[in-house]
Amino acid sequence: MAFFSDITRGIYEDNPVLKQALGLCPTLAVSSSVSNGIGMGLAATFVLVCSNVLIAMIRKMVPDKIRIPIYIVVIATFVTIIDLAMAGFVPDLYKRLGIFVPLIVVNCIILGRAEAFAGKNTVWASFKDGIGMGLGFTFALLVISTIREIIGNGTFLGIPLFGAGFEPVMFFALAPGAFVTIGFILAFVTWLDHRKGAK
Amino acid sequence: MDFRMLLIIAIGAIFINNFIFSRILGTCPYVGVSGQLDSAIGMGVAVTFVLTMASAVAYVVYTWLLAPTQVNIFYTLFGLKKPPDLTFLNTIVFILVIAALVQFVEMVVQKTSPSLYKSLGIYLPLITTNCAVLGVTLINVNEKYDFVECSVHGFAAGIGFTIALVLMAGIREKLQLADVPKAMRGLPITFIMAGLIALAFLGFSGLKIN
Repeated sequence: MAFFSDITRGIYEDNPVLKQALGLCPTLAVSSSVSNGIGMGLAATFVLVCSNVLIAMIRKMVPDKIRIPIYIVVIATFVTIIDLAMAGFVPDLYKRLGIFVPLIVVNCIILGRAEAFAGKNTVWASFKDGIGMGLGFTFALLVISTIREIIGNGTFLGIPLFGAGFEPVMFFALAPGAFVTIGFILAFVTWLDHRKGAK
Repeated sequence: MDFRMLLIIAIGAIFINNFIFSRILGTCPYVGVSGQLDSAIGMGVAVTFVLTMASAVAYVVYTWLLAPTQVNIFYTLFGLKKPPDLTFLNTIVFILVIAALVQFVEMVVQKTSPSLYKSLGIYLPLITTNCAVLGVTLINVNEKYDFVECSVHGFAAGIGFTIALVLMAGIREKLQLADVPKAMRGLPITFIMAGLIALAFLGFSGLKIN
């Protein structure tokens, strides 16, 4: 079951957001509702998988000195593809995510994986790594956006949870709430690790 | 030239829509470099410079190469029937412009101030992947700013970024002496403090400039 262990590694053990603190800007900015979070996560996963595979294919041809610009162009190409596709197929989501769709280019997870993994490993391994890291990113977004949407808006995926009497805590739907939420989540993850280490 | 408009853009980018606390752009270098006051100021200056240059250069590239305007180079040089719309290439072209600029800044800093170069370390090349830089160029295009407005917006965004970094670095230097719960040390407490500062900055959103 090596295939699954490669993928689950990205989801928790090496989770790009929770463990490596990468790709924080999109995580903080688009996690105000669950549908935004999932949309962003899947878009980034698509780019991550495609760029990982392509970079692994061309890794022997790329001169070492100019590898970063080449990686960025590869990533930007796939981001343009998903940008146009999202504008065409899911215009509502596209409008809500705003400039954060083109900003997937500068998501440090993607360049980080290209540099740390895809530039040195085979196509198949890079493909698995891309799926694992992408799902890990989506998972982190899902956790944060669930907390923020339930507390900040009283809904989950747009469905009201608490009835009419519930007064949502606006704080969590706004930017400061994003910082505080991720702060507590990172603290929780660290606490879990400490406990595991102590045993 | 409408000076009032420029002032509104500047105040807006520094306080009301502060890039870190309100738009949430550029968080990675923000938590990475805000540990010490010196490197925070150095990083702030470098980012401000890159943001201003990138805004100006991206405007020129956008107007003359990509957008369907009357001055589009492909339109004027090749006698096309109507100006071509190449705006779908925005992301790719802007990121290349930014990468080249950052490389240039890195060379200048390395020559002029080796100590600053050493303390900024890995974060200097990482300005390329600072979403604030690509973000500001894309916002400029969305808001349809002209050349001067673009430059002012870029510069003000940089100032806002620097203020945020310096504020945070000041607090974090004090925080090293504080007794923080073990699990909260490092990143978590930094984020919670950023959230509290952001809450204070939220107060500026009530600001009306007329």
